[in-house]
Amino acid sequence: MIATMIHFESHFPLKNTRTHEVCGASAHVFAFALAGQLCSENGRTALWVREAWHGHQINPVGFSSYLDPKHLLIAQAPSHIDVLASTEQALRSGHVALVIAQITQPIGLTEGRRLQLAAQAGNATGLCILPEGMGNNAAQTRWHCAPVFDESNAAEDSTLQSWKLIKNKSGTLSAWTVKWNAQTRRISVVSPPIQR
Amino acid sequence: MRKRVVSVWFPRLSSDRVLRARAMETANANRPFAVIHHEKNTDRIYCLNQAAEVQGLYRGMGFSDARAYCPDLRSEPANTLADARFLHLLARWGKRYCPWVGLDGTDGLILNTTGSTHLFGGEAQMLDDMRHRFARAGLNGRIAAADTRGAAWALTHYASYPGADITSLPVAALRLDGKADTALQRLGLRRISDLLALPRATITRRFGPNVMLRLDQAMGAQDEMVTPIGETPHYAVRMTLPEPIGLSADVMAGTKRLLEQLCEKLKDQAMGARRLQLTLRRVDQGAHQVELRLAAPMRDAFRILPLFERGIAAVDAGFGIDQLRLEATQVERLSNAQITSATPVRLDGLEDLITRLGNRIGLENIQRYLPADSHIPERSFQIAPAAYSHATGSWSHLRPRPLRLFKPEPIAAIGSQPPAQFRWRRMSLTTGRATGPERIAPEWWLPDDNWRSGVRDYWKVDTTQGRRLWLFYTPQNPNWFVQGEFP
Repeated sequence: MIATMIHFESHFPLKNTRTHEVCGASAHVFAFALAGQLCSENGRTALWVREAWHGHQINPVGFSSYLDPKHLLIAQAPSHIDVLASTEQALRSGHVALVIAQITQPIGLTEGRRLQLAAQAGNATGLCILPEGMGNNAAQTRWHCAPVFDESNAAEDSTLQSWKLIKNKSGTLSAWTVKWNAQTRRISVVSPPIQR
Repeated sequence: MRKRVVSVWFPRLSSDRVLRARAMETANANRPFAVIHHEKNTDRIYCLNQAAEVQGLYRGMGFSDARAYCPDLRSEPANTLADARFLHLLARWGKRYCPWVGLDGTDGLILNTTGSTHLFGGEAQMLDDMRHRFARAGLNGRIAAADTRGAAWALTHYASYPGADITSLPVAALRLDGKADTALQRLGLRRISDLLALPRATITRRFGPNVMLRLDQAMGAQDEMVTPIGETPHYAVRMTLPEPIGLSADVMAGTKRLLEQLCEKLKDQAMGARRLQLTLRRVDQGAHQVELRLAAPMRDAFRILPLFERGIAAVDAGFGIDQLRLEATQVERLSNAQITSATPVRLDGLEDLITRLGNRIGLENIQRYLPADSHIPERSFQIAPAAYSHATGSWSHLRPRPLRLFKPEPIAAIGSQPPAQFRWRRMSLTTGRATGPERIAPEWWLPDDNWRSGVRDYWKVDTTQGRRLWLFYTPQNPNWFVQGEFP
């Protein structure tokens, strides 16, 4: 299998100064795991930009084991354009380590490229959470994350998921099965089951 | 230099204020008018104009009686707060005559004009100027000048003609309380001259020290100060240009000069601006306003200036801008702080970012989470505007909580055990493992419509399709709902 050949660590804390994309049912987990790794150690802040009409609430009690909620700011933008503008401004300012934008409409190449340039100018990482099939060509990488049923582990906190790299500008595609390690507060790769 | 004090008394302050505001009706100013105060369950006349007094009405008269006497009486409810504000305005206006202007009760001003009368060509001319201006403004003001504050007060309130001798005035002109005044009257001491003729010791023994104190203050034996009202700092600066400007770089340069002045002012008062308003007046009399709300109180011109860029770029200069006015409409205390190597790094940059984003999407829409003490999942956190809160508190939970919460979405299932198969969001899901139940009871002390259905038994259901959902069952009202999703 190719998956095991490619080192997960060379991909996962995503490449800085670029904008990435993630989709799928576990996209939020991906975003929080990344934010935790980028912000918790050096006390930097992550900004979560989303449209104000969203009914889904991210639950700070739930994600506090991934990322301390004091390191997260929420921006409730009134429209899609404001989400993009706020994301660009925050990326460019360089005062936040990570900007997570929850996008509901496809974005054009121009907008995507602007986000890339802003991330480069501000030395920050951008991450767009988007519905499936709405990728943008300017993105550095695109990930598809989905939860997986964990048969073997009867523990209460089963967090097995499959993370697939479905677009990569500088490298090959790959897939990993990962789980959240509560002790180390890190994502760890689970070895694939042996085929008998 | 001889001390001179001018006392101004507005006997009809309240009614004059109302009638002044009704400029259209001043033409028929000799129609009776009264200000009504609701007191002890009846409406009574609080203040009235000359025409009403001529009709036989008086202060403290019941309003219904007054209307019976005078059917065409116009009235207005009393507003003591507005009266006080009006008197403060008059005190501020009084600073044109001298720097020490104080309030005298609720309807008078006291001016210490020592050494400033010559600026108006003498005291008589100054008083004439005041009278003239009051008449033009439609105010009934009684004005008198004297050597002491007490004497000036006595002359305005009790003298029937200007320049009266103070000793010929009744004893009440000494600002005595009602009890002392009545007692003196009963003894036959009607005028101040009668009081002066008596030996001091007997008066003090009989009436306490207050009567003699007031007498001494009026006669000048005892000094009395005029306490000027302090001027509240005004955080606004403006600049008028000889030629109109239109380039945004020029406007920015003008704003920079104003900001430096304003920040200097803020620094003197140890204040920081929270909200700034820049008004750009165009040559065609139109005005544009650029509002800036800051995420933290600030008084550094170099930090505030770049935040104005976006607002100024959006302004249409038209034929040019010839006046700039900058005002800090909301200020907060911002004390000086010592910067040492031990002080924690301040997140100035982050505050600037919040300001910039806030000016686009609204400062309240940049939020942060604060912990709250509740078992109810929706109430276990608070959302607070980041600009007005600090990240505090610790987050803890005994049982796993979902990453995402949504409004309870009903699913079709029966029984108190989680269903083996169910449909949720048009997905057919099979339960692989269910953990629970965890019973959460509603908080009866806080009314919440969502929790009307009673206690909830929460289950974490791992589906074989992968999704890990947070389901709950309401035993008092049997139904199943999905409320959250775990990582």
